[in-house]
Amino acid sequence: MNLLDLVLFLPLIGFLAILILPKESSRMTAMLLSLAIFVISLGLLSPYLGSETPTGYQFVSNISWIESPAIRYHIGMDGLTLWLVLLSTLLTPIAVLISWKYIDHRIKEYFAFLMLLEFGVIGVFVSLDLFLFYTFWEVSLVPMYFLIGIWGHERRIYAAVKFFLFTMAGSVLMLAAIIYLYNVTGTFDYVSIQSMIQSGSLTFTPTTELLLFLAFFGAFAIKVPLFPLHTWLPDAHVEAPTAGSLMLASVMLKMGTYGLVRFCLTLFPVAAEEAAPWIGGLAIIGIVYGALVALVQPNMKKLVAYSSVSHLGFVVLGIFSLNQQGLDGAVYQMLNHGISTGALFILVGYLYERRHSLEIAAYGGVATPAPNLAIIFLITTLASIGLPLLNNFVGEYLVLQGAAKHNFAWAIFAALGVILSACYMLWLYQRTFYGKASEAVSHHVPDLTTREWAAILPLVALMFWMGIYAQTFMPAISAQNAVILNQMQKNRVQQVAIPATPGLNQGVGVRNAR
Amino acid sequence: MLANFMPTSADYLRFMPEIILTIAGTLIMLLEAMMKPGRKPIVQWLAAGALILGIFHALNTSEGMAFNGMLAVDGMAVFFRVLVMVAGLLVLFGSGDYLKRENADASEYYALVLFSIVGQCIMASANELIMIFIGLEISSIATYILAGFLRDDSRNNEAALKYFLLGSFATAFLLYGVAWMYGATGSTNLSQIHLTLLSGAAPNLSLIGIAAALIFVGLAFKLSAAPFQGWAPDVYQGAPAPVSGFMTVGPKAAAFAVLIRVFTLALGPTSDSWLPIIWACALATMLVGNLAALLQTNIKRMLAYSSIAHAGYVLVAIAANSGTGSAAAMFYLAAYAFTNIGAFMIVAHIARKGEKYVAIEDLAGLSQKQPALAAMLTIFLLSLIGVPLTGGFFGKFYIFKAALDSNLVWLTVLAALNSAIAAYYYLRILVVMYMKEPGESTDNMPVASPLLQVAIFGSAIMTLVLGIMPGWVLDAAIRASN
Repeated sequence: MNLLDLVLFLPLIGFLAILILPKESSRMTAMLLSLAIFVISLGLLSPYLGSETPTGYQFVSNISWIESPAIRYHIGMDGLTLWLVLLSTLLTPIAVLISWKYIDHRIKEYFAFLMLLEFGVIGVFVSLDLFLFYTFWEVSLVPMYFLIGIWGHERRIYAAVKFFLFTMAGSVLMLAAIIYLYNVTGTFDYVSIQSMIQSGSLTFTPTTELLLFLAFFGAFAIKVPLFPLHTWLPDAHVEAPTAGSLMLASVMLKMGTYGLVRFCLTLFPVAAEEAAPWIGGLAIIGIVYGALVALVQPNMKKLVAYSSVSHLGFVVLGIFSLNQQGLDGAVYQMLNHGISTGALFILVGYLYERRHSLEIAAYGGVATPAPNLAIIFLITTLASIGLPLLNNFVGEYLVLQGAAKHNFAWAIFAALGVILSACYMLWLYQRTFYGKASEAVSHHVPDLTTREWAAILPLVALMFWMGIYAQTFMPAISAQNAVILNQMQKNRVQQVAIPATPGLNQGVGVRNAR
Repeated sequence: MLANFMPTSADYLRFMPEIILTIAGTLIMLLEAMMKPGRKPIVQWLAAGALILGIFHALNTSEGMAFNGMLAVDGMAVFFRVLVMVAGLLVLFGSGDYLKRENADASEYYALVLFSIVGQCIMASANELIMIFIGLEISSIATYILAGFLRDDSRNNEAALKYFLLGSFATAFLLYGVAWMYGATGSTNLSQIHLTLLSGAAPNLSLIGIAAALIFVGLAFKLSAAPFQGWAPDVYQGAPAPVSGFMTVGPKAAAFAVLIRVFTLALGPTSDSWLPIIWACALATMLVGNLAALLQTNIKRMLAYSSIAHAGYVLVAIAANSGTGSAAAMFYLAAYAFTNIGAFMIVAHIARKGEKYVAIEDLAGLSQKQPALAAMLTIFLLSLIGVPLTGGFFGKFYIFKAALDSNLVWLTVLAALNSAIAAYYYLRILVVMYMKEPGESTDNMPVASPLLQVAIFGSAIMTLVLGIMPGWVLDAAIRASN
């Protein structure tokens, strides 16, 4: 039982504890437990504190779960997942805090589902066994479905069902691909399959590889979401309660981009490289399309949701630039998006709690009655549009650099997205906070309370920290990305070098694999 | 065949579960006539005791042939016998409340359940076409009566009559197929038929084809496989809810046991000719079940269509035509037994007197009125959807694995997409339970009796256990299929 096991299973214990304890204590239990989990999870940084940045998996647990078929409880964490896990553990207490007053009915179930969600998402990030990964992937779906469906706004049921069905439809094909991999290799273990490919003992024909790649890619692309599979996202975001939007945008969407980096690149390198131009194209369409649609939204939550489509286009573009800068930028951008868009959703939630409307037209002049809220919102806005010294700048810059290296046209089009993001965000800010405050606004929009400060401040601090001193975060990410790219390169050489023997096991050549 | 065959004690020992259940069933019928009214609980416990003893015996039987090769008491027989007896046990515990509420707490009910299980146990171990027919009839006749058990209820009568007419029709097909098979191979013994086919001495493959087709039609009726599924929704909707739960599990599992024995094992050498039919039948069954279930507003009818769809998934495993495939089918049926009986018990409880509340909308706000009951139903529904950590997921996973092992890539992909479609109608129930405000239908809902609670809770726990620690059941299924 190492630290990572503890961080993984404490949320599950929290889930059960909240269910068992009386409902008066649900809030407090969730708060204390999620804070404790965050503090404990800081211990995961320990291997990365020395002068040498380690690569490879830390805190590995590898025990048998089901004997036959051989399914293992194999978890571990590396520089790629370290920050994603910490992001999840940081945002859960914040989610509890912002739900403190807003959630006033069925409190027990709410906080229980929040803890179950934390369990699911951490599990996705640390699983090194494909079956285990799929298990967490699906398990994380259930609490989010209930969070949207029970505590959401008017069209919550439609949004919740759509969210569930989209993800489910994508992931069943991934399950088929996972089983196929098991049938040809005899293991679900990602590390073993990866090394089989690397050593050349497992090769696929181009068609098989492409189909497997697409099965994985489809599941991840829906989750990201990549244009044109994004239609569930605005619905889910608009209808979800604030904490639901926060967890969805900041953590759950990262499950998709994480999957692309971890599985699509290293397991199917040839297909990934072949598909890169197409995926890059979709990512760019997503960047521009998301930004344009955001520009015309009258509903601010929907605006932030479409901005997510645009921002995640950047992440996908960075990943499929297939070079160090692009990948570094993409992973950094995953964290940035988690923090700045998460903060935007929190702030929009604050406004909603005051005025009970998400329509931009219902606001105007909020800066007068609530100056502190206005300042925090401004910082977050500027972070989101990529102002230097704030976090998004670093990530977007790296992504653009990587994209330019891959294909200069990509960078040109993607840069359009940066400009457009300034347009829609600043325009939103202008319409909401400037101008003369109407009667309703000046009476009903008080400034931030202490609880609200406590929830937003850590994120604002991180925006500055990650923008000014990326050096804290980057070495671990960069070192791991180098490993991934290196693996991808080696695997690609193996796949290309050995022409697969046709006819053998339906297009899959397995030598010494079993 | 020996004319003066004398059964040995080993034969009787291998037939012990059936003997115990028959004696208990007969005893219950006699007690009913002699007992004063109001001392009924004893009957329920007698039936439960017989089943527990039967399970114990089935698990401790030495494997082998019995009665001159008429019965094959092998791993598969043990697996299916235990499966139907455990399902019967759950149904017994789950029926008490319902029968009392409907003023139909007669002992015959328990006797009929036992007789039905006897028939299914015989089907599970029958190694002889005639034995299969006898088992099927014992099981079916008892189930026909159970379907119409509330004799004053017109829906019950309709269900029973429909089930009886179509069921007899199907049995006739089966019997006709048996006759053809005897004509073609000169034997009704499955081992013998297998040997004849292997030796290549079979005179006419087209004769065997016709025989196999007729037998398949008879079995497909019992499995509610498309295009012979028409009776299932009406019957499952009309029959008393606990009986519907039992019918979706016991007779179906036994029919699958027969399907595996007759097709995968005995007719294995001619698999090329019948596999495409199973393939198409599996796909059609999944599609028909899932697409029709999307439109249902009555929860019993929806579960009926869902049970058709699930028969389709099991047929995918049969289409894999391998040891893994048979094991996958067995595991799936076990997981499905707990899940579906559990779901039907909850439906029966919510329906209340006269099955008044059986619309999906009637579950509105259940999570607020009876959170524990709603949570259990959630577990069952998640298992039916196939969400990991439930038995339903692991079963589906293993079926896909078996199908991919046999290179049925397209069928697997289509089955996977089908399970995504199916998610929609199960989610609708979750929506109503958790996301709608409670209405009149969930007001004043009685609390389930302790026995029913235990049965529901046990089913939920087993659904989770089969998802988290599937190893022991899976091992049994794999051993049984070898």
